[in-house]
Amino acid sequence: MDILSYLIPISLLLGGAGLAAFFWALRTRQFDDPDGDAQRILRTDYDDAPKQD
Amino acid sequence: MTEIMRTPLAACPACATGAAVAGTGDGAAEGRLMLSLPGIHCAGCISGVERGLKAVPGVREARVNLTLKRAAVEAAEDVTAADLVAALDRLGFEAHELDPGTISATDSDSTGRELLMRLAVAGFAMMNVMLLSVAVWSGAEDATRDLMHWISAMIALPAVAFSGQPFFRNALTALTARRLNMDVPISVAIVMAAGMSLYETAMSGEHAYFDAALALTFFLLAGRYLDYRTRAAARSAAQELAALEVPRATRLVDGREVVTPIAELSAGDLVRVRPGGRMPVDGVVETGTSEIDRALLTGESLPVFAGEGSTVSAGEVNLTGPLDVRVTARGADTRLHKIADLVALAESARTRYTSLADRAAVAYAPGVHLLALIAFAAWMIWSGDLRVSVNVAIATLIITCPCALGLAVPAVVTAASGRLFRRGVLLKSGTALERLAEVDTVVFDKTGTLTLGQPEMQGAADHARTDLAVAAGLASASAHPLAQALRRAAEAEGVAPAAIAGLREVPGYGVEGRWGDHPVRFGRAAWTGGADGPGTASFLRIGDRDPVRFDFTDALRPGAAEAVAALRAAGCRVMLISGDSAPAVEATAKALGIAIAESGALPKDKVARVQALEAEGHKVLMVGDGLNDTGALAAAHVSISPASALDAARVASDIVLLGRDLDALADCLTTARQARARIKENFTLSALYNVIAVPIALAGLATPLIAALAMSASSITVSLNALRLR
Repeated sequence: MDILSYLIPISLLLGGAGLAAFFWALRTRQFDDPDGDAQRILRTDYDDAPKQD
Repeated sequence: MTEIMRTPLAACPACATGAAVAGTGDGAAEGRLMLSLPGIHCAGCISGVERGLKAVPGVREARVNLTLKRAAVEAAEDVTAADLVAALDRLGFEAHELDPGTISATDSDSTGRELLMRLAVAGFAMMNVMLLSVAVWSGAEDATRDLMHWISAMIALPAVAFSGQPFFRNALTALTARRLNMDVPISVAIVMAAGMSLYETAMSGEHAYFDAALALTFFLLAGRYLDYRTRAAARSAAQELAALEVPRATRLVDGREVVTPIAELSAGDLVRVRPGGRMPVDGVVETGTSEIDRALLTGESLPVFAGEGSTVSAGEVNLTGPLDVRVTARGADTRLHKIADLVALAESARTRYTSLADRAAVAYAPGVHLLALIAFAAWMIWSGDLRVSVNVAIATLIITCPCALGLAVPAVVTAASGRLFRRGVLLKSGTALERLAEVDTVVFDKTGTLTLGQPEMQGAADHARTDLAVAAGLASASAHPLAQALRRAAEAEGVAPAAIAGLREVPGYGVEGRWGDHPVRFGRAAWTGGADGPGTASFLRIGDRDPVRFDFTDALRPGAAEAVAALRAAGCRVMLISGDSAPAVEATAKALGIAIAESGALPKDKVARVQALEAEGHKVLMVGDGLNDTGALAAAHVSISPASALDAARVASDIVLLGRDLDALADCLTTARQARARIKENFTLSALYNVIAVPIALAGLATPLIAALAMSASSITVSLNALRLR
């Protein structure tokens, strides 16, 4: 069962990394307008005023 | 009991936090305008709208949100939403003003984000602890089990401390105020489950409920987050009406114009109102002729002639010529202010609706805690073992967990409002759907609601093209609604306006000029020598020829007929109550097949009519848009206004239609009825789970595995049932 002492911390670390990534995405407002962001990338004109925080 | 009932607006019986997540309204900063754009759908639309908005002078920043179909505009103080709507209209985009305060909260504000973050932490911790618990459930023993429990404790305790804060904070505020709200028992359950599990872990016990404590937090937070998203900041329509009052007037002192605050005016003063201006006071016209638009106050669709001796009211709009008005009433004595008082009265008298969730909570909460207490007492007497008794009591608390109940309403409301949003309907109140589902009588306003409040010319093709060309040439000099309607009709017929020399608008009468050798006039019957008949008409006279009559009607709003037919098919009694004149109201009622129509209703008549219907036991849906409807909107059981409605009317209503069409109305009703059915099903489902699980818990047979299964299964069933609405 020694393997547990490696596996449990590793799984927690990986999960924690996912949680941190979610926090970052939330803080940088990446969930404000998912449809708009998907469409904006297809525009031909250059977005010279990208959304600021 | 009464304390529980008093907790405001709880869509989740276990989460009646009330003020905890009240809207902060931080989007309402100065110079920030919100537009709703029901028609946009692609990258091209985003570019078009943003470029179009930035081209308007004074606009600093414009950003489209395609998901919410909205645009946020930062602009100089003097830029109004009407300017932006007009600019977008020219580009072919339909737009309506949205005031940031009435919009329900979105992910972009801090309170919602904070809740989401706590939810994420609780979810993450719950999944990890569940995985660790699998080892325990599958038979880990001794040191291994203790290790799993200790690791679970290390994850669960900080997570509960962080994620449970909204509940703890509310419970604390309630307790310090010596009140009891639903957060108190929730906090007790969470803290006791975590604390007892820690004790058990330290004693190398068999059962630890860390996963249950976390699952409880997670599901309740999920319900609260959904609830938060459908809640809008409450505002008073009466205050919005007060904002319509013009703060300053141009006063005439010895023939000179002096700009004076309204408060400094007194009866008998003379004020000048320019064309396009709003009347600052009630008064009598002393000099000048014009036409005034009183649609907002009375619902009359057409401008009214105003000459010497006519009475005018604050809030009316002066259209064509300058008027000097002798003040008879100002400030709190004006008709406008009296309407605002009426609205305030209707708002305060609006019977507080007890939501389905509140009713469920009242029945549910005391029962569960009594049950846990009885279980504890019975086991204490029977076994005499404190540890076992506390364990059974906690198992009962956890198994009867209100998570499914907490999700029952918010999940349904979220699914339903998502579906309605795609149909162009914005829900402003979480309980609007429940109330809408009970409706059996629908009262419509006419002008601006069933009709567009905009005249349209009839039979343009029947007129000689030269007549139309001359009329259009004259009409182009006037901003009068009939003149503009004629110009649009001529344009649609492909007739170019004729060149008219010496164009002159005679305020209150019409436009005159010279066409070749002939003097020409376009305007009122009396002025052009036409015969005034029933209906709305303008006349064109060329030289000495007989005047030509042009007929106008107020165009019906698209989808109005379908909406009325569908509402009747759904078993509702449909009524039309308007402030407009009898012929116009009857014509509209006939066109739409509405049997009950009342005309000439003053704002207070409308309120009285709606209140009378409510008193008879009917549940009234009021659909209206104007100042004159605001009181009735506030008095009705549930109310809907189109996006073009006045601010105050939109504030007073529970639901706003974002598009021009009315046909979404019927869909609203069907969705509301389905939603109510789903909510009731959800209550039944979660009750069913309790019926099965509670005896197990009372018998002391509940293990953490059974608790976890019951909790997750009931929450997921309830959410899936809600999703059937989409």
